[in-house]
Amino acid sequence: MAGKGKLTIARDRCKGCGLCIHFCPKGILKEFLELNRLGYRPVSLEEEGECTGCGICALMCPDMVIQVERGEGA
Amino acid sequence: MKTRLMKGNEAVGEAAVSAGCRHYYGYPITPQNEIPEYLSYRMPEVGGVFIQSESEIAAINMVYGTSSTGARVMTSSSSPGISLKAEGISYLAGSELPAVIVNMMRGGPGLGGIQPAQGDYFQAVKGGGHGDYRVIVLAAASVQELYTFTLLAFDLADRYRNPVMLLGDGLLGQMMEEVEIPQDLGDDNPPGKPWAVTGCRGRGRNIINSLYLDPHKLEAHNRKLQEKYKGIMEREQRFQEHHTEDCELLLVAYGTAARVSRGAVDEARALGIKAGLFRPQTLWPFPNRGLKEAARRARALLVVEMSSGQMVEDVNLGVQCRLPVHFYGRMGGIVPSAGEVLEEIKRIEGGLA
Amino acid sequence: MKVIAKRPESLTQQAFHYCPGCTHGIIHRLVAEVIDELGEGGPAVGIAPVGCSVLAYEYFNLDMIQASHGRAPAVATGVKRALPDCIVFTYQGDGDLAAIGLSEIVHAALRGENFTVIFVNNAIYGMTGGQIAPTTLPGQKTTTSPLGRDTVLSGNPIKVCELLATQEGPAYLSRVSVHSPAQVRRARKAIQKAFEVQRKKQGFSLVEILSTCPTNWGLDPLKSLEWLEKEMLPRYPLGEFRTPGGEENGSL
Ligand SMILES: Cc1ncc(C[n+]2csc(CCOP(=O)(O)OP(=O)(O)O)c2C)c(N)n1
Ligand code: SF4
Repeated sequence: MAGKGKLTIARDRCKGCGLCIHFCPKGILKEFLELNRLGYRPVSLEEEGECTGCGICALMCPDMVIQVERGEGA
Repeated sequence: MKTRLMKGNEAVGEAAVSAGCRHYYGYPITPQNEIPEYLSYRMPEVGGVFIQSESEIAAINMVYGTSSTGARVMTSSSSPGISLKAEGISYLAGSELPAVIVNMMRGGPGLGGIQPAQGDYFQAVKGGGHGDYRVIVLAAASVQELYTFTLLAFDLADRYRNPVMLLGDGLLGQMMEEVEIPQDLGDDNPPGKPWAVTGCRGRGRNIINSLYLDPHKLEAHNRKLQEKYKGIMEREQRFQEHHTEDCELLLVAYGTAARVSRGAVDEARALGIKAGLFRPQTLWPFPNRGLKEAARRARALLVVEMSSGQMVEDVNLGVQCRLPVHFYGRMGGIVPSAGEVLEEIKRIEGGLA
Repeated sequence: MKVIAKRPESLTQQAFHYCPGCTHGIIHRLVAEVIDELGEGGPAVGIAPVGCSVLAYEYFNLDMIQASHGRAPAVATGVKRALPDCIVFTYQGDGDLAAIGLSEIVHAALRGENFTVIFVNNAIYGMTGGQIAPTTLPGQKTTTSPLGRDTVLSGNPIKVCELLATQEGPAYLSRVSVHSPAQVRRARKAIQKAFEVQRKKQGFSLVEILSTCPTNWGLDPLKSLEWLEKEMLPRYPLGEFRTPGGEENGSL
């Protein structure tokens, strides 16, 4: 079974570019409907349990909006 | 005191080494080539860096880089090369970086010629680059002064975190004179450079910058610069006088033109004409106070320049147009003779009589 | 839980001003991560000339210098000659490096100056509003080539790595891209290598990074990555063009 990942999303810093959403291998990132402080629709994690903590979202995020943690021994 | 027979350009190079400058960047141009040539072997002798850069633009930006680290640094050129350095000088001023820039002036405009001239007064004193900035401008009139003003230039640059330009011309750079090597080589206690970029460790980071996108911040930065310039104007006016105590006709000239004018004043005195010479050593700040004082008994002024008349504007401002200011100049690389200047003195004197 | 992706120490907390999806941000992060790894060995000075990344001094948590358009390699020369043990890098756009600053970059490379150049090639002038760049592709529309780049009129795009690789000065030359996770990882490796070359005092290192400018390309961030892959890669092939060991074009 895949390891468990935990995302911390700095929603107020997100510019809604969608790169993380596109590259997430699990397809579990979605655009949040409400606008953030900057006026963008930020990313949000839909199904928390599904995240493997692969870090690809953070790898492709130009604004370091996402901090990724992964469970040990996964 | 030690004395040495030196060529003007070499005196500049050696004085830079004495001032602790260990970085020189420049691009060849006549009539200042002896500066890079001298430093190309002198710098390695003292563990310094000499680079003949790919252009004057590169040279001034190498200066910008080295100055950012807090090290003393110099570049030199002649008129067309200084034009290329103009953007870099504006950046140095904007980022408040000390640097010494030497201009051994030659005739212009364009490629002009390679003979001595003073056509870069406006460029040196009024800007040359963009924006509201000032460069301290020292004008040497002898090989001795090329030496001592080079020392002074480094001190002023560090003291005010500002570029300093040393102006000479093709004649001063090429001629040989005896130089007394002063015991005192300048500031014993130069200001520290806590602002320098050295790779921050154990301190907050430093930023060298001239960009302020917020107009209010840029205005505040400009106000700060203007305050600094005011202080420089207050404290750093330098000049020399010759027979000004009682003079009725005051000559004003700098650099090579001042050497010639001094001869003409002496000849005029021998003819009983009360002439005197006021020689600015700083062109910016222009020595207004000294000029006013020297002109207090004068009935007329005569400005002599190796240009179409550039400093003459500052002289007019200096005496606030209360006295007639005459002008005599030669261009194209021609140095006026004392005899020519004397004729001019006689002509003006005739009109005054 | 182990943190596997977070903000590198070598970046400040300041949010980037870059447009949404602009890959300047990814490249900043990669450079900062590599500098983090240098640890004690890495008192660093960064130099950012004019271009969209001119505000890099706000972002890199390092001693920083803002420089005039195109002149960063000369400024870096002046810095490195005064601080030979300090890690020095420039961060330059393609207009900056390959048009106005071509002389400075070539001569710094020829001298083998021991600093690292991060060269961001987005095939356009970003900061000034999308004018033609020396790297703009034939046919590519920009605000000053509204009908597309006509090579008869505006010449051909410049290949900086290939150009520099004809010379003996440089120690490390590599072209990478950031259009996919795998490519971002490769880009990171190339940046690591370049800084390693510098740390070992092996000489001049340059990493050309193909990057997007969604705003001025008139494409959304994702389409921009696709355009980069489809249009830029054929003209700007990825790989190593020079390594200190001589094993060019080795895979990263
Ligand atoms: C001497 C000078 N000329 C022109 C400019 C205007 N200018 C600022 S950035 C720029 C182009 C930047 O393009 P590039 O280097 O490709 O970087 P990008 O913005 O695309 O990241 C220009 C022409 C300037 N600042 N200074
Ligand atoms: S203009 Fe282009 S290069 Fe500049 S920040 Fe925006 S997307 Fe990035």
